[in-house]
Amino acid sequence: MRTLIERLQDRFALGPITEQRPDLAFVTVERAVLRPVLTHLRDHEGFTHLVLLTAVDWIEDGLFQLTYLVHDRRHGRDVGLRVLLPRETAEMESIHDLWPTAATYQRELREMFGIAFPGSPRVDEEFILEGWIDIPPYRRDFDTKAFSDAAFVHRPGRVTHDPATHMRERLHPEGTAK
Amino acid sequence: MTRYATIPAPETPAPAIDLSSGKYLKLWQGPQHPGITGNMSVELTVCGDEVVEGKTHVGYLHRGFEKLMERRSFIQVFPIVCRVCVPEPDFNEYCYAGVIEELSGIAAPERALWIRTLILEMGRINSYLMYLGGQAGALGLGVVGQWTTYVRDLMLDRFEELTGARIYHMFILPGGVRDGLPDGFDARMEETLREIERTMADVENVMFHNAVFKKRTEGVGVIPVELIDTYGVTGPNARAAGLPNDVRRDQPYLVYRELDFEPVTATASDMYARADVRRRDVLVSVDLIRQILAKMPRSGPLMAKLPNVLHWKIPRGETYVRGECSRGEYGYYAVTDGSGFPRRINVRGPSYTHAMALLEHLIPGTNISDVAALMVSLHTYPPEIER
Repeated sequence: MRTLIERLQDRFALGPITEQRPDLAFVTVERAVLRPVLTHLRDHEGFTHLVLLTAVDWIEDGLFQLTYLVHDRRHGRDVGLRVLLPRETAEMESIHDLWPTAATYQRELREMFGIAFPGSPRVDEEFILEGWIDIPPYRRDFDTKAFSDAAFVHRPGRVTHDPATHMRERLHPEGTAK
Repeated sequence: MTRYATIPAPETPAPAIDLSSGKYLKLWQGPQHPGITGNMSVELTVCGDEVVEGKTHVGYLHRGFEKLMERRSFIQVFPIVCRVCVPEPDFNEYCYAGVIEELSGIAAPERALWIRTLILEMGRINSYLMYLGGQAGALGLGVVGQWTTYVRDLMLDRFEELTGARIYHMFILPGGVRDGLPDGFDARMEETLREIERTMADVENVMFHNAVFKKRTEGVGVIPVELIDTYGVTGPNARAAGLPNDVRRDQPYLVYRELDFEPVTATASDMYARADVRRRDVLVSVDLIRQILAKMPRSGPLMAKLPNVLHWKIPRGETYVRGECSRGEYGYYAVTDGSGFPRRINVRGPSYTHAMALLEHLIPGTNISDVAALMVSLHTYPPEIER
């Protein structure tokens, strides 16, 4: 893994590197470098399998982290490429021409995080959610409770008690204990 | 690399299908349809009996697990992960335990690793038995499903006596497993394994030597070997194409290094080859369970010491842990931020690529009556797609 990272460093400008395990490393790259690094890993280093593509919301930093995890079957090792995008204008180049399955991941990220992937096939079609009207739900600032209170009618007969008061009233109905 | 198929450039889209021409018909297979693999549907465009386009639709089973996990403490996440996949829930428990142990620097005791491997192999057999019944049923062989359901039920009995539950076991938790084997478990497991072997011999005769089954499955739904990596194909779907890809052997986890087995492969890469790989894989798992019971330590701790789970904080980090489930590569990607809650957990299920991009690629050109069997032959479970 160390020699692979050194070879990548010779070729591309890499950001912080985390060697998580001997067979797994995470590397931060600039957005513009991602595609050349991915293509190089796929075509010259044997990382032919796109394991996953997902996002992490670092809301306090105003950033989305995209993680592209690729796997080299022959040597049994993985590299995770991290790309940081500004949260407010999150847009990324599509890689569906490198791996057709990336289109599905990108469609999900578009829907769940609101990250744009212009040019990715069917990226604007609904994937899991139907008729969604709120902010993308996997963003950290999406409030599930507030959404559910506003969107759904609660069944009558449900009461929420303050546990301390409720137990005091149950145990001491006459109100003798304070 | 030479192994890559030519993928059409994005600026040359496929010719549009003119529905107003009267030549085509839209046909929905699912979500309420006996020939669909669970809660999903395929929107087919047909021209006569031939399918010209298929689009997978999911979302019928979205429960927002990944979001739910972000709001729960690390120990509170443990009982819900198994719900991601009904027919083979233990892989979620193993992968979740794996990422949490790695990020918090905990090592599960050796005896727990053996019991985890045993449980994963038991679950693999169950998942295959369910598949074999479904694959035969999709082509009109109803009796095979009844036989495999019978032996699967025997295995559920073993699960029940080992874990206390039949479907969702909640047994592999971060740090180890909940309990050891009960008294007399080995003998009862051996009885179950023999019954499975007897049933699999019957299944082989009735299903795999059946002229109708062969005619309907041979040469149908072929996945070219060049597409294996471009479409992220793993597990038996890849092994049926001749690639011996098996995480258990390629990146041995738990105690697979100590077990003797070879990945089952075939070459035809059609529906028949995929079914046959899974049938033979059941027998491999039966053998692995025997090896595990013969070699595993019978005493020793089952749990590592955990921090106070009510105040369990894990330092900032990220990792990915994978394993080979019955359908292919299953993995959890986890990110922690130093707090008492996961920042992000992403479930990587093999069906995500098999049922979406791959199925949509394989469907055009097939006959309507083959679509159900083709979907089943990819062995997809929709909950993995939408989590």
